[in-house]
Amino acid sequence: MSDSQVVVHGAAEGAHHEHLPYQRHHFETYAQQSDATNFAMWLFLLTEVMFFGGLFTAYLIYRNWYYPAFVQASHQLNIFWGTANTAVLISSSFTMAMAVWSAEVKKKSSLVLYLVITFILGLVFLGIKTIEYSEKIEKHHVPGFHYSLQSFVNPQSDPEVYKEYKDKPLPYDMARHTEIYFFLYFAMTGMHALHMIIGIAILGVMIFRARAGAYTTGHVTFVENFGLYWHFVDIIWIYLFPLLYLISRHQ
Amino acid sequence: MSAATIVSLPDQSTARIPRMNFMSKEKGLLSWLLTGDHKRIAMLYLVSITFFFFIGGALAGLIRLELLTPQSDLMATDTYNKVFSMHGIIMIFFFLVPSVPATIGNFLMPIMIGAKDLALPKINLLSWYLYMAAGILGLYAMATGGVDTGWTFTTPLSTHYLNTNVITTGLAIFIAGFSSIFTGLNFIVTIHKMRCPGMTWFRLPLFVWSNYAASILMVLGTPVLAITLVLVVLERTAGIGVFDPAKGGDPLLFQHLFWFYSHPAVYIMILPGMGVISETVSTFSRKRVFGYTAVAFSSVAIAVFGFFVWAHHMFIMGISNYSMLVFSLLTMLVAVPSAIKIFNWAFTLYKGSITFETPMLYSFGFMGLFTIGGLTGVFLASSGTDIHLTETYFIVAHFHFVMVGGMLMAFLAGVHFWWPKMTGRMYPEKISQLAALVTFIGFNFTFFPQFILGTLGMPRRYATYPPEFQVLNVFSTAGATILGVGYLLPILYLTWSLKYGEIAGDNPWQATGLEWQIQSPPLTENFPAIPIMDHEAYDYEWLEGQKEKVASVG
Repeated sequence: MSDSQVVVHGAAEGAHHEHLPYQRHHFETYAQQSDATNFAMWLFLLTEVMFFGGLFTAYLIYRNWYYPAFVQASHQLNIFWGTANTAVLISSSFTMAMAVWSAEVKKKSSLVLYLVITFILGLVFLGIKTIEYSEKIEKHHVPGFHYSLQSFVNPQSDPEVYKEYKDKPLPYDMARHTEIYFFLYFAMTGMHALHMIIGIAILGVMIFRARAGAYTTGHVTFVENFGLYWHFVDIIWIYLFPLLYLISRHQ
Repeated sequence: MSAATIVSLPDQSTARIPRMNFMSKEKGLLSWLLTGDHKRIAMLYLVSITFFFFIGGALAGLIRLELLTPQSDLMATDTYNKVFSMHGIIMIFFFLVPSVPATIGNFLMPIMIGAKDLALPKINLLSWYLYMAAGILGLYAMATGGVDTGWTFTTPLSTHYLNTNVITTGLAIFIAGFSSIFTGLNFIVTIHKMRCPGMTWFRLPLFVWSNYAASILMVLGTPVLAITLVLVVLERTAGIGVFDPAKGGDPLLFQHLFWFYSHPAVYIMILPGMGVISETVSTFSRKRVFGYTAVAFSSVAIAVFGFFVWAHHMFIMGISNYSMLVFSLLTMLVAVPSAIKIFNWAFTLYKGSITFETPMLYSFGFMGLFTIGGLTGVFLASSGTDIHLTETYFIVAHFHFVMVGGMLMAFLAGVHFWWPKMTGRMYPEKISQLAALVTFIGFNFTFFPQFILGTLGMPRRYATYPPEFQVLNVFSTAGATILGVGYLLPILYLTWSLKYGEIAGDNPWQATGLEWQIQSPPLTENFPAIPIMDHEAYDYEWLEGQKEKVASVG
């Protein structure tokens, strides 16, 4: 065969694409680019669902097996701080949505403002989480580290919780399974907090870039996709809050 | 073997490698390490997985040497435990899972669908760096004492009874998992969003379909493995007992979570290989793949069924009879789409003009060995026989027939088939045909005796065995030696061909895929202009028409 190639038909060879500055070279159009990156973000969130899915499965199985232990252990959680944190997180989702909108309508100052508020709300969430974790540490409810069954085999030794729930003492065999509850509590909220920390770090970078005007040029894909991530982390909490704090309150 | 061949090379005295191509575009180490080009990343992957393959292969050699005699004389029994564990871990996570998708798939999938690159080039590069980080961490774990849990990390063995590098190895696999998630994610996005005009779903080459199916498994399965390994690591460091029966945890939960990934992982490994076979069988019998749609959907069916069969790894672990019944039935169902593929390839061959170039020889090897591997899988799916055969050499032989006889053959078929496209040069045909034959013979010598050993009751994972099993083990070790030669040959002659191979030209196989209509090696942006797909896949008449057009214009 000679050098002549089997000719590949050129698509609209004459039509010179109008390339926007932020369009990457391997995409034909900017719409294709933002479509593809958006789709990729949704897929990534799907992998995150599967990631947390393993923990949710473990939670459901053990809750089923060790029901009394899970009920009493969940009474140890601080409903006030939990509710406050839910409110903080939902507000941060709202400000994040507003940030995406500001980027879309190219309002730089309001974009920066909303990003900063989201950033602060994220930090507040972590702060409250720290208060909750330190309560657990004080009561020796951290599994694996001098875990204490005192509050479950002898609920009256824990007057504040006892006042509210009047729990009956659990037999030792059941009481020790509260450790699994607390392990799952720490694993799930810990993974969630880790996602928050990553999110807050990215937000920090975004604030600087937004001030430099990077997202108000019409290229909003990054802000949009980060918004998806932030809402996803929020939704994980929306499932964690009832499962860990609420469903055993009246038992 | 007949002399008939479809190879058509340009006149060697005038032909040259195109001066502008993806390899010549930029020079220097950094231009490779920071590249976004899917073809360069594929080459990086190819070199790295070959490196890991030979480490895993060396460990396999040690295993076979130890099993030459009934006593443990080459190494102590706990060294043997580490050797087979590291063999499994390296071969599965650092060779088989990334083998076809990250190398051949990375190189060709974008070209096959008429795109300039994968949708997310930076994520693609990141996936290679994660792979390397994981690989180096894994080697570090091996060098500093190894791990002896087997590749399955069975709890509570891995969490409470062993003092080896479980945490380091677990982290290595965790990181490798993300490398594979990113590859899968990138593939799915690319196939959905980057197809060229006219490239409808049912015009995609079947290689793309099977990589798509494998990508779904990577994206949905791997995160579950990741969280499971996190739990194992936490259990070891903090001793929290989520898998520890002494503390009320459930070791079976680990099995469920682990096999929820690790059974689909088998299809992550085999599906891309099946895609390669569809391409080669069509090219070397000059026919459209019989039942294109059925083959395409069978890939997706394998991916879907693959998620509902994991508990067949747990028949002897105390799951209920009812779940045994259900999982047994579901497992047998997977045989249906696999059989659809095998039958359709056979019908593609029927009345085709078959030629026997190296990729085709490997493909025949695949079809025969995969069929045996697959059918013995049905034995193991029936819970009754499984209880007798599991944890014996029968199961070792079964999955090596599928993974080595199937996947590795397919990988080699693919590497030979697309070597001219990747490098612009042909591999030497005669010696590579010989290598394919040696591999096939060596493989059967190595693993067929293990079926017999298994039915006789020789358990897997022991360094010693009763003396009556020695004859068959000697056979197996002798076969492994031949197999080793079969794998060393390609490394030698493929490296040789990089400089001395014949110039391949654009389309040495007269194949129909878009990748064969461009220069070899391709340009960085693959196509001078984005193509329009105006014909079905595997349309040989279209190809003839193109040639006539060129002839009449020229």
